[in-house]
Amino acid sequence: MSHPAFGALNYWFVQYRRTWRSSLFSTLIVPTFYLAGIGIGVGGYIDDDYAGVGYLAYLAPGLLAVSAVQTAVGEASWPVYGAIKFNKQYLPMLASPLRVIDIVLGHLGFILFQIVFSVLVFFLTMLLFGVPQSGWAPLAIVAGALTGMAVATPVYAAAANAKSDDTFTVLNRFGVIPMTLFSGVFFPVEQLPALIQPLAWASPLWHGTELARVWTLGMDSALFVPLHVAYLLVWAVVGFYLARTVLTRRLVV
Amino acid sequence: MSPDATMIIARGLTKRFEDRVAVAGIDIDVRAGEIFGFLGPNGAGKSSTMRMIGCVSPPSGGTLRILGMDAHREGPAIRARLGVVPQEDQLDWELTVRENLLVYARYFGISRSVARRRADELLEFVQLADRANEKVDALSGGMRRRLTIARALVNEPRIVLLDEPTTGLDPQARHLVWERLFRLKQRGVTLVLTTHYMDEAEQLCDRLVVMDGGSIVAEGSPRELLERYCTREVVELRFGLDAPLAELADKVTDLAERVEVLPDRLLLYVPDGDTTLPALHDRNLTPTSVLVRRGTLEDVFLHLTGRTLVD
Ligand SMILES: Nc1ncnc2c1ncn2[C@@H]1O[C@H](COP(=O)(O)OP(=O)(O)OP(=O)(O)O)[C@@H](O)[C@H]1O
Ligand SMILES: [Mg+2]
Repeated sequence: MSHPAFGALNYWFVQYRRTWRSSLFSTLIVPTFYLAGIGIGVGGYIDDDYAGVGYLAYLAPGLLAVSAVQTAVGEASWPVYGAIKFNKQYLPMLASPLRVIDIVLGHLGFILFQIVFSVLVFFLTMLLFGVPQSGWAPLAIVAGALTGMAVATPVYAAAANAKSDDTFTVLNRFGVIPMTLFSGVFFPVEQLPALIQPLAWASPLWHGTELARVWTLGMDSALFVPLHVAYLLVWAVVGFYLARTVLTRRLVV
Repeated sequence: MSPDATMIIARGLTKRFEDRVAVAGIDIDVRAGEIFGFLGPNGAGKSSTMRMIGCVSPPSGGTLRILGMDAHREGPAIRARLGVVPQEDQLDWELTVRENLLVYARYFGISRSVARRRADELLEFVQLADRANEKVDALSGGMRRRLTIARALVNEPRIVLLDEPTTGLDPQARHLVWERLFRLKQRGVTLVLTTHYMDEAEQLCDRLVVMDGGSIVAEGSPRELLERYCTREVVELRFGLDAPLAELADKVTDLAERVEVLPDRLLLYVPDGDTTLPALHDRNLTPTSVLVRRGTLEDVFLHLTGRTLVD
């Protein structure tokens, strides 16, 4: 017997079968834009041994984590909100033997697939640019998946709780954008004012970036790897239970 | 009564939404193999009751047992053996007719090959086989309703819940649905439905309850309800414009078991209309039109729930 959540997961894949073509090209090409535009373009104006590795190599693992976050936010916000408010995909699931927890698991399983896919494409692009310098580098995909899920589950909870789409505007302006800019992706967190640094350390993206960087470049802070992994898992798991609680309150009335 | 013979048992079943009482403590017994109906005006609490029976809406009070299981604790196991046609179709408009069935079957853990076979059979059953590969988008309202019914059968349910299955259908489609529901009953499936159509209730239901304001105000077979709340015949009398209907009603009260004054006519509830007409003549009453018809479930319904809009 397979887990009931696979029934819900199957739905999202059937739907994906109709739509994947339209997003494929941008998924494939955007990593190249970023790496060429910022890594090489901006990197050209920056000292050759930025953080000891050169700007492109410094930046690429962080951008991989950013792409995981972008996919996570995109897939866990509108599609979840729409599934509750407009398309009502969750209602027929609820009329079946599926429980709310199965519905959330199934949808998150699909979101995980999307995250892994975008991170994989990003990693392959990094290979084209000759970034990875360590045998551990493929683990950057795991770092991306963890980062994505750490963000996806709380965003899912927020989307399930949202009464209007203002929620997403706020989430982007005060969550995603500052997190992207100040989590050590583009420059080391140590350059931030000391007061703000703890905020950066709290952000899942900082942990994801550090993980991806350690694994891609083989830098020497391997000691912190288990801590980063644990921190990201805590976000993912707490977010998951929040999502389940919120969705139950929203749908089971 | 053994739990097998009674498919659904509700005692004091209650549903509250904040301080609004949607279902105010109702008792129901639905027997195996029967077609059980809920009648009631808008807002009576029919859908709220159906959603509780469908184990998607937790009761606020009372007990509810379905197929011998407790609705609160064993929701998933109960839902596995129910088919549900909700008041609003919840189909996926982006997917094809067949995909809608296949996807839904997977929610029940039905294997792909079995799902494909049942999808084809069910599309035949509701006469949509020629539309199998079209998007739901392209279906008419009546076709979507039939697809929703097909979907509810994909798990071969013991009980099917149908919330207004034929609202919005043309007469042909309604008759097709009735005929299909009747075939399900012959196969031993228990059906619970709500409807606003009295002819539908009369045709299909073995037993029904009339709900009003969250409570059950009458129950029985259509025939029992007719006998209890209506007479065999109804005489409808119209008089000229501005005729004093209330005064006229006083003159005929003794001729009928009950007289009802409507804005434009009088209704006399009588056992036999043909004996009433000469009596009217004897009293020098000259209605502009006289109609003698059979008492119907609609008369029962209006008598029990009132003629004015409740909400
Ligand atoms: N989710 C909800 N939140 C708040 N109130 C609700 C909710 N669902 C139903 N109600 C209220 O419960 C009452 C009963 O509604 P219900 O839908 O059960 O009526 P109904 O008999 O199915 O009516 P109709 O014939 O119009 O479908 C109504 O007053 C309705 O406003
Ligand atoms: Mg209703």
